[in-house]
Amino acid sequence: MLGLVPSAFAASHLPALLALSAEPLAHLRPLDIAVIVIYFAMVIWIGFYLKGQSNTSEEFFMAGREMTAWIAGLSFVSANLGSLELMGWAGSAYQYGILATHWYWVGAIPAMVFLGLVMMPFYYVSKTHSVPGYLDLRYGRGASSVAAVSFAVEMILMSGVNMFAMAVVMKVVLGWDITFSIFVSSIAVALYVGLGGLRSAIFNEVLQFVLIWGGALLVPILGLVQAGGVDGLKKQIMHNMQTMTGGVAGDSYFHMWRDLGSFSANPMGVHWSGIVLGLGFVISFGYWTTDFLVVQRVLAAHNLRAARMAPIIASFFKMATPFIVILPGLLGLVLLQNGDGSRRELVGEDVVAACSMNSAGQVASVSVCQSAMAKSSLSAEAQKKVLAGGPDAELHSYNQALPLMMVRYLGPGLLGLGITALIAGFMSGMAGNVSAFSTVWTYDIYKALINKKGSDSHYVLVGRLSILIGVAISIGAAYLVMHAHGIMDYVQALFSIFIAPLLAAILLGMFWTRATKLAGFIGLLTGIVFSASLFMWVKLTPAALATVALSPDAKPMAENVFRALWAFLFSAVLIVLISLVTKPRPVAELDGLVYGATKLPKEDPVPWFKSEYTWALIVVVLFAALNIIFW
Amino acid sequence: MHGSKISIWFFIGVLLVSYGVLITAYGIFEVATGQLADVALKELHAPLWWGATLLVLGLFYLIKFRPGKA
Repeated sequence: MLGLVPSAFAASHLPALLALSAEPLAHLRPLDIAVIVIYFAMVIWIGFYLKGQSNTSEEFFMAGREMTAWIAGLSFVSANLGSLELMGWAGSAYQYGILATHWYWVGAIPAMVFLGLVMMPFYYVSKTHSVPGYLDLRYGRGASSVAAVSFAVEMILMSGVNMFAMAVVMKVVLGWDITFSIFVSSIAVALYVGLGGLRSAIFNEVLQFVLIWGGALLVPILGLVQAGGVDGLKKQIMHNMQTMTGGVAGDSYFHMWRDLGSFSANPMGVHWSGIVLGLGFVISFGYWTTDFLVVQRVLAAHNLRAARMAPIIASFFKMATPFIVILPGLLGLVLLQNGDGSRRELVGEDVVAACSMNSAGQVASVSVCQSAMAKSSLSAEAQKKVLAGGPDAELHSYNQALPLMMVRYLGPGLLGLGITALIAGFMSGMAGNVSAFSTVWTYDIYKALINKKGSDSHYVLVGRLSILIGVAISIGAAYLVMHAHGIMDYVQALFSIFIAPLLAAILLGMFWTRATKLAGFIGLLTGIVFSASLFMWVKLTPAALATVALSPDAKPMAENVFRALWAFLFSAVLIVLISLVTKPRPVAELDGLVYGATKLPKEDPVPWFKSEYTWALIVVVLFAALNIIFW
Repeated sequence: MHGSKISIWFFIGVLLVSYGVLITAYGIFEVATGQLADVALKELHAPLWWGATLLVLGLFYLIKFRPGKA
C-alpha cells in the first residue's frame, strides 16, 4: 500500500527523473521479453477464465466469500507488497540500515495478529462488504459517506500514482516509453479486474507474491555469497561507514532499538516513542485493520476461522519480507560498483536530478550539482568523479538499489523474472486499488446514495463499468502527477492523513458500546481536517516538525509517525467527549458490531496445530525473538 | 479454492514450469557453450539451479492442483 512507502521515495522527484537522458540500467534480451510476455498472457487468461465465476455481486465484489485462509492470507500480504515498497524500502535500508525493518515488524505484526484474533469476528459476522459498510452499520450514513468518499478518492489517485511510478521505473531501468508502460499496464489491469472482479485481483496477487519471491530472492542469496555471509557484510559496511560523512555510529546500521533513545543517535532521526506509538500502534493498526484494500481480501474468506487465520498466515510472510527487501539494500552498500571497480554510492533523488548529465556526458549545471552534493553523504572522491564527467560520473538514487542489484547478478531470463516481479508488483497495486474503488463506489456511494433499488446484475454492471472508469481516471491521475511536480507527495500523504482518525472511529466503535453516531461522524471528519492541517503546517513551515515531533533533532521520517499519533488522540478524545453528551444506541442494536454486545459464533473445535491461537502465539514469539536478536 | 474448477495454484504451477523450462534451458546453454552472461558470480551458473528450482516447484503445484483431482 502506497501509504507506507518511505519518504525516501518522496515521489515529487520522480517526474524530474523523466528529464534525464541517462542510459537505461538494464537491457532486456529476447528471453527476458518472453518471460514478461508470458506473465501478461497469464494474467489476462486468468481474467477470462474467471469471468464465468463473477456474475453476481457477491462473486464480483467479494470473490463469492470462498477464499481459503492461505489464499486470503497471501493476497492480504501481497496487496501491501507493491513495487514502490520493494524499491523504496531497499533504498531506505541503503540509507538507514536495518531500522527500515521496523516497518515490516513492529509496524505490521502486532496489528495483523490483532486483526485476525480480535477484529475479524466483527467485520466478518456483521457480513459487511467493506470498511465504510461497517461504519454505516455502526455509526450511520454520515461517517460511512466520509470514509467512502475518502477511500474512493484515495484509491483511484493511488492507482494512478502506481501506474505513473511503474512507468518512471520502467523508463529509468529499461528505457521504455512512459505512455507505452501506462497504457499496457492499464489495459491489462482493466481487462483482468473488469472480467474477473475481486477473485481475479486476488488470484493475481497470489501470483505476484510467488513471482516476487521467485524473482527477487536470488539477489540476497547471491549477494550474501559474494559479501562473505552476514559477518562479511557487517565488516564491510562498518569499513565503508568510516569513509562516509555523517555523525551516527557505523554500527547503528545494525541495531533496531539500541539507538532510538535519542533522535540524533540513529541514521533515521526517530525516537522509540514514535516507532512504538506512532508506527507500531496508530499507523500500523490504522492501516492493517482499517484499510479497505487489505481488509477486503480477508472478508472474502470462506468462514470465520479462515478469516482469522488469514492475517496470521500473512504475518509470517510479512516477517520474512525484509530478507528480499532490506537485505538487498544493505548488500548494495558494499557490493554495488562503478565500472572502475570503486564503490558505487547512491544518493537521494534530489541530488540525482541536480546532477543530471547533458548529452556530452557532463553535469548540466555544475553549481547546482555541487550544492546538492555538498548536503549529501557522497564522499569527496565520488563528488570529484561526478564533476569530472565520464562513464562513472552518473549518479543513481537510493530507490535504484534493488534494480541495480538485479542487474548486477541476474542474466538473461532471470533478469526478466526480476523485472516481471516489479511489473507484477505495480500492476497488482493498481488492480487492488481499482477493485477496492469499484466496491466502495458501487456499494457505499452508488447503492447507498444514488440508486438503492437496482437489481443484483445491475450492480455488477455498475461495478464493471466503474473498473473501466476507475482505470481511466487513474490514467488521468498518472499524467497529472507527471506534469505537476510535488502532487505525489500530497497523494501519498492522503493515506496517512486519513487512517489515524479512521482507526480512532473504528476502535471506539468496535469496543465501546457508548460511542454514538454523531460522535463517530464528527470525530472522523474533524480528525481528517486536523491531520491535514498538521501536514500542511509542516509542509509550509519545515521548522514546525520540531513541534510536531517534540524535538529539534527530528528528521522528516519522524513527521508521519508523530502526526498520526496526534491525529489519533485528537479524534479519540473528541469521539469520547461527544459520545458522553449524546444519546447512545440501545445495546441490542449493536449485536454483531461491538465487543460485549455480540454473541460470537462458536467455532468447531480443531486440533491445537490448526488453531489460530497457536499460530498467533508462534508469530508473537518469533517477532519478539527477532527484535531481541537485532536489538 | 472452493467452488472453482481450476485452483490458483495450478495457474502458478503453469507459470513456474514455463519459467523453469526457459531459464533452465538457458542455463544448460551457458554451461554447454561456455558463453556466460556478464554478471557477477556467473561461475555459479545461477540460471541452471534457480531455473531447476522453479521447474520442480512448478511441477509440484501443477500435479497436486491439476483440475479434476479429487
